[in-house]
Amino acid sequence: MLLEVENLTTLFRTKRGIIRAVDNVSLSLEKGDFISIVGESGCGKSTLAYSIIRLIDSPGEIAGGKIYFDGKELTSLSEEKMRKVRGKEIGMVFQDPMTSLDPLEKIGDQITETLMEHIDVTKKEAWQIAREMLEKVGLPPDRVESYPHQLSGGQRQRVVIAMAVSLNPKLLIADEPTTALDVIVQEKIMDLLNEMRKEGRAIMLITHDFALAAERSDRIAVMYAGWIIEMGDADRLTKEPMHPYTRGLIESVPDVWVDREIKPLPGFPPDLAKPPEGCRFRPRCPLATEKCMKEPPGVDVDGRYVKCWLFEVK
Amino acid sequence: MLKVEGLKKYYPVQKSSIEVLLTKRRDFVRAVDGVTFDVQKGEVLSLVGESGCGKTTTGRILVGLETPTDGRIYFKDKEVTSMEKDELRRLRRHIQMVFQDPYASLNPRMKIGEHLEDSLAVHGIAEGEEAKEMAMAMLDRVGLPGEQFYNRMPYQLSGGQRQRVAIARAMILKPEFVVADEPVSMIDVSLRAAILDLLMSFREEYDLSMIFITHDLSVARLVGDRIAVMYLGKIVEIGETRKVIHNPRHPYTAALLSSVPSFMKRRKRVEIIGDIANPIDIPPGCRYHPRCPFARDVCRKDEPELEGDRHLFACHFPLELTF
Repeated sequence: MLLEVENLTTLFRTKRGIIRAVDNVSLSLEKGDFISIVGESGCGKSTLAYSIIRLIDSPGEIAGGKIYFDGKELTSLSEEKMRKVRGKEIGMVFQDPMTSLDPLEKIGDQITETLMEHIDVTKKEAWQIAREMLEKVGLPPDRVESYPHQLSGGQRQRVVIAMAVSLNPKLLIADEPTTALDVIVQEKIMDLLNEMRKEGRAIMLITHDFALAAERSDRIAVMYAGWIIEMGDADRLTKEPMHPYTRGLIESVPDVWVDREIKPLPGFPPDLAKPPEGCRFRPRCPLATEKCMKEPPGVDVDGRYVKCWLFEVK
Repeated sequence: MLKVEGLKKYYPVQKSSIEVLLTKRRDFVRAVDGVTFDVQKGEVLSLVGESGCGKTTTGRILVGLETPTDGRIYFKDKEVTSMEKDELRRLRRHIQMVFQDPYASLNPRMKIGEHLEDSLAVHGIAEGEEAKEMAMAMLDRVGLPGEQFYNRMPYQLSGGQRQRVAIARAMILKPEFVVADEPVSMIDVSLRAAILDLLMSFREEYDLSMIFITHDLSVARLVGDRIAVMYLGKIVEIGETRKVIHNPRHPYTAALLSSVPSFMKRRKRVEIIGDIANPIDIPPGCRYHPRCPFARDVCRKDEPELEGDRHLFACHFPLELTF
């Protein structure tokens, strides 16, 4: 197993109280796997990603659990060793490419610097790799001479992917990489991520777009209010959702090829400083019963993880 | 209800004086470059396209937030573009807009209820107690019980709730025509359907005509009776929703459709080359030709007209394909 997250809890101590943004979450990923973490804003999907690469700043902290990655346990790694994992072994692509790019430096210099920081190459070799990487992500190699502002949003995101991939990481985490981009550009960026996967890298896509996750990934984990509430094979999960939230979410989004009414989900996501007692989806759940006043156990049903009292194992 | 003819909006490009002296040329961003369409009473027209295609500018011109560089707009057979100020003001009440960003569209220092009352006062519909009663009733109607929400401030509301306020503020005027500009794209996924339902319930109640601007073709399909696809300031295809979605004739529409994520996995892919062109420097001939895998010589020279009966498209070699 390349990545194993075990009972991870990340919390934020705020004036309003303790927010358990990621609450007792477990998942695993093998080489070449493409998993999507799907959920609405505030569900903890990004916090989960940032926890894995340990980019959680005060007032946040990883309060429990273990993260095993390629033979190392990351939560107990020194910051110095963690810096080597970040970038070199786990690449990151963020929603806004300018998070990763310096507006004042040429694209080529930025890739070269990243390379030389992590691997033993000369400036000349690094520059050559930079050109190759740009070509690989579908940009003309002479773009090494460009500054970020001379590129479109989609081209910048390609540069970020080129930078991330140039270090040959085993895992690439992409946090809403196409949310700010048009669908045509999104399609091309997603193709690119898929190619990176074919080369044996594991991909973790964080997205709010269920259809995109369904189309692109092998597995989907659905997060709600800090919990993974359902996880399994992408095809089966979208065709036969088990958790009432997953079902409700799928029924609430329109699909361009499907002629059907959409059904709004009632209510809104909870305030995590004061989460509802028991199941966190209970106040919005059409199937809630007395039992749901207690936290549901996560159970395995034919290879599918579901955290709901409806699927309690007798 | 509404007719638009040859609508154009050009913005001059800011240049330094040296550049002006050197080039002796003024450049324009051709944001909207000759758009013609109509909207019937009670009809919803979805206006789709990528960012920068001119769809939002078109919407802003229709509600009077921008003045067109050229073209004519008729509202119920009266020409809006040549109206006197007074007449125009009376008309504004009937043409309302719902904006994309519910965080920017409300006044942070005004109570929720006051937003609605203000709207009534500006258009001389009601004031005082009467306005308050109407505001309370409208808040109830959009799912924000007046008793609870009238006195709240915008910062106390979520994005979804703010968008309900914005919708209430527009609908309290009982408009005949509404431009909704990406009204759900900044709203949480699980709350979008409820907002769309709310908008559509007003459409039924008021027999509203609507232009629904969106980059999301699945939303366009859901709400629109017809779809108009824009590319670089022009409509390249317009027709009944089902026709446009299942038998797109313009290669751009087909490429756009084939890149929309869907729960139905197997679908055709239609190629599109490179990136969108610069609206300052629009390609000659068909403006889509540099990105079109089917382009031939004539496409580089002659710009195709938007032609057809009910289903119109601007292409020399329209596709025959079924999605």
